Amino acid sequence: MSNNTSTDKSRRYLNPYLGGVLLGLVLLAANFVSGRGLGASGAIKSVVATTIGTVDKEAIGTMPFMAEYAESHSGNPMKSWLVFQMLGVIVGGFLSGTFAGRLKLKVEHSPKITSRRRLIFALAGGVLFGFGSQLGRGCTSGSALSGMAVLSLGGFVTMMAIFGTAFALAYFFRKNWI
Amino acid sequence: MGPLAPNEIISENTNFLLAFFIGIAFGWVLESSGFSSSRKLAGIFYGYDTVVLKVFFTAAITAMLGLLFMSLFGWTDLDLVYVNPTYLTSAIAGGVVMGAGFIMGGFCPGTSFCGAAIGKIDAMVFIGGLFIGVYGFAFTYGWWEKLYLARYLGEPKISDKLGISDGLFGFLLILIALGMFVVAEWAEKKFPREEY
Repeated sequence: MSNNTSTDKSRRYLNPYLGGVLLGLVLLAANFVSGRGLGASGAIKSVVATTIGTVDKEAIGTMPFMAEYAESHSGNPMKSWLVFQMLGVIVGGFLSGTFAGRLKLKVEHSPKITSRRRLIFALAGGVLFGFGSQLGRGCTSGSALSGMAVLSLGGFVTMMAIFGTAFALAYFFRKNWI
Repeated sequence: MGPLAPNEIISENTNFLLAFFIGIAFGWVLESSGFSSSRKLAGIFYGYDTVVLKVFFTAAITAMLGLLFMSLFGWTDLDLVYVNPTYLTSAIAGGVVMGAGFIMGGFCPGTSFCGAAIGKIDAMVFIGGLFIGVYGFAFTYGWWEKLYLARYLGEPKISDKLGISDGLFGFLLILIALGMFVVAEWAEKKFPREEY
C-alpha cells in the first residue's frame, strides 16, 4: 500500500472494522451499565415533549402520544438517559472532529447539485426520519442497532425496512449523491 | 452483577453521568468513522463507500457476542436488559418512512448530531426536520394510532422465532456479515469515487 499524503481524506478516518468493534463495545457498555442500548430519536422526543409542555401546558393533554410519554417520565422529561447520552454525542463528535481537523461550517453536497437543493432534501429527509422514528419506536441507533444486539425481532425487521427502502429508492435520488 | 443500574449497584444520577460519557464515546466513534458526512453515509446505497455497512454490522455483532458471553459468564443478567418490543406493522412502516428519509436526507438522527457538531449546515437543517417530524407524528397521532399498535408480538427474539439457539443465530449472522463485507469490498473497487 502506498504511503498516502495527509490530504487523502479516507486515511484520516478510522478503519471501518475497527470503528465497528469500538461502536459495539460502546453499545455493550450501555447495556452493561444501564440495561439498555444507545439511541438518538428518543432524546428528540424528550425535547419536543418539553417544548410543548413549556409553550402550552394544555396542549400536552390534547396529544395522547405525548401525554402518555409525559406520564411515564414524571418530573422533567429532559432528565432522561437518552438526553444525557445525546449531549455526550455532540461533545464526542465535536472533539473527534477537532482533533482530526474536520471542523468547518459548510453545506456538504455533490458538486452536481446546489446547496439550496441539498438543504431542501436534508429538511425533507429529517422530517420523514423524525416521523418514522416515532412510528417505528426508535431510529437506526435505538431500534435497528441496539435491537439487533439483543436479538430483538423488531430490531431486525426495522433494520431491513430502513436499508431496504433506501436501496429501493436510491435510483430516484441518485442525482443528489453521484 | 450487571446490568448495573437495574440492579441498583449505581444510583440514578450516576447512571445519567455515565450516559453522558457513553454518549461522548458514541459520538467520537461515529465521527471518526466518517458518519458526520452525508456523502460517506449515502455511499452504501450506490456502492462507492460502504463504511455504514461495515461499521453497523461489526458493531451489532460485537455487542451481541459481548452480551452472550457476559451472560454465559454470569456477568450480566439478560433478563434485566431491555429488549425492544415488536409491533410488526409499525416496525415495517416506520422503517420504510425512515429509509425514505435516509436516502433523501443522507443522515440518520444520531449521525446528524455528529455532523452538526463539526459544522455541517445540512446536518443542522436535517435536525430541524427531525423536530418537525416528531412533532408532526405526535400532532397527528390519532390518524396512526391503529397502525402504531397493530400486530403486537411481545418482545420476541429473532432466534426464538427461527427456532434456533442464540449462539447458532449469532454464528449465522457472522457468516452473513462476512459475505456482505466481501461484496462491499468488491463494490468499492467497482464503483470508486475519489472526489467526495
